[in-house]
Amino acid sequence: MIKQELCQVIDQTEIATNIYELTVKGELVHEMKEPGQFVHLKVNNGISPLLRRPISIANINQDEETFTMIYRAEGKGTRLLATLQQGDLLDVLGPLGHGFPVEETEACDTALLVGGGIGVPPLYELSQRLTANGVKVIHVLGHQTKNAVFYEEEFKQLGPTFIATADGSYAYSGFVTDIIKNENITFDVLYTCGPTPMLRALEQEYRHKKVFLSLEERMGCGIGACFACVCHTAEDPTGVSYKKVCSDGPVFKAGEVVI
Amino acid sequence: MSALNISLPGLELKNPIMPASGCFGFGREYSDLYDLSQLGAIMIKATTKDARFGNPTPRVAETSAGMLNAIGLQNPGLTKVVEEELPWLSQFDVPIIANVAGSMEEDYIEVAKEISQAPNVHALELNISCPNVKTGGIAFGTVPEIAQSLTKKVKEVSAVPVYVKLSPNVTNIVEMAKAVEQGGADGLTMINTLVGMRIDIKTGKPVIANKTGGLSGPAIKPVAIRMIHEVSQQVAIPIIGMGGVESAEDVIEYFYAGASAVAVGTMNFVDPFICPKIIAELPELIHSLGFDHISECTGRSWKTVEKLTHHRA
Repeated sequence: MIKQELCQVIDQTEIATNIYELTVKGELVHEMKEPGQFVHLKVNNGISPLLRRPISIANINQDEETFTMIYRAEGKGTRLLATLQQGDLLDVLGPLGHGFPVEETEACDTALLVGGGIGVPPLYELSQRLTANGVKVIHVLGHQTKNAVFYEEEFKQLGPTFIATADGSYAYSGFVTDIIKNENITFDVLYTCGPTPMLRALEQEYRHKKVFLSLEERMGCGIGACFACVCHTAEDPTGVSYKKVCSDGPVFKAGEVVI
Repeated sequence: MSALNISLPGLELKNPIMPASGCFGFGREYSDLYDLSQLGAIMIKATTKDARFGNPTPRVAETSAGMLNAIGLQNPGLTKVVEEELPWLSQFDVPIIANVAGSMEEDYIEVAKEISQAPNVHALELNISCPNVKTGGIAFGTVPEIAQSLTKKVKEVSAVPVYVKLSPNVTNIVEMAKAVEQGGADGLTMINTLVGMRIDIKTGKPVIANKTGGLSGPAIKPVAIRMIHEVSQQVAIPIIGMGGVESAEDVIEYFYAGASAVAVGTMNFVDPFICPKIIAELPELIHSLGFDHISECTGRSWKTVEKLTHHRA
């Protein structure tokens, strides 16, 4: 169930250049079911910026009633979010949307998790859930540059992890799709979140496989009422049928919607 | 005795607060958050004859104290609204105001005729002011003669009172209001969004795929207040005011300008509980201002003292 709550900031740390890890505490954590769901944050009390900011959930700790978000401070809203300190209160609406289906991968099968930039964070909670179920996970994570890389060690603890940087300043040079080919990575299920061109490339390359994609779109309400973030369905690509990224997604099975 | 109940053509409202069309879908999402029967009314999303997908994305962009949208009247079409959405809404004790849109006169007439017969539709809101569709819409809302003619034709077929939603994107809003009043409108709703644009400084292109969008939110409230202040002194029909309402104080300001009820739009996206919160705060605010009933506030900014005394007695 969706709740609105003033959550208390437990910790905020800059873990890479302009990349912040923000942990908050609140009862709505108990409502967080699937990895890949997101929350809608009001970053200040005023009317500028006016709208909430959708941020993915990177880690959920039910025992401590906390959850962690990792985001890039880039625009007006996220830069304000980055000024929050321990003890501050944050207006959170969530959890929102439908996340990654963990049950689609059986124990002992291999799941490949591919993330790009700020699409990497939700894969961390997903990877923990999958490994807890006995699934073997492999991570392929792409970042712009060396200074933007985060959570490499955390992912390595859960399974083999390959890092690519677009400018070649760290680890592999190039795109995540190159790594998958060059390393001959095989898998049963692919889960991915990141820039749309990356999602398109993966969907195209592995259309015979079981693939789940998390989409990004500019949102208004975040709960499905405003119709800002709709996309066409694959079976009716130019017609009137649609899915809402915020409430039907953000995770879709490859081939379900037009990306 | 309630200090908030309001009677308007076709509408017996338990309070004067309602979500604005396009900001509340058909109520399903918000019904998961609170009991919709608390609302004075619901203005449902614009309905057209045929289903519409709407515009390409991005459809929204943030602005200072506001937002731009160019959804493009996405809706499931008349048949689905009448057969699925309205029956679903009938579980709540709340009158529905059905927003009717189209690109041709015949479309408006067909939708108005059929949707007005639904048992829970107590009034129509004639949408002649959507800035985000290429054909029709906006012309109906910017040329007084065309607006009047359409109002007249819709009135002839509608089973319920007709409120006309005015566009602020006109030179003379009073002229438009008078034209639709003469066309037989039972009330006005105002204002729709103001046409605007934002440009991405990295790409050099408009942020919204449709290029232009409708500006809403607190940024436009002073424009709405000014227009309602002008129009309410020149017409005899009631006005449902809207534009950036975010608090009970804003509601009072709209009433003072000349509104008889108020719709909340964009702020539903910011705080999904905004409508019930405002409804809960209104009685105390009204009493603290020295009124017994919210209807005493209508037009206070321009009514003479004698008229006010008379009105309150």
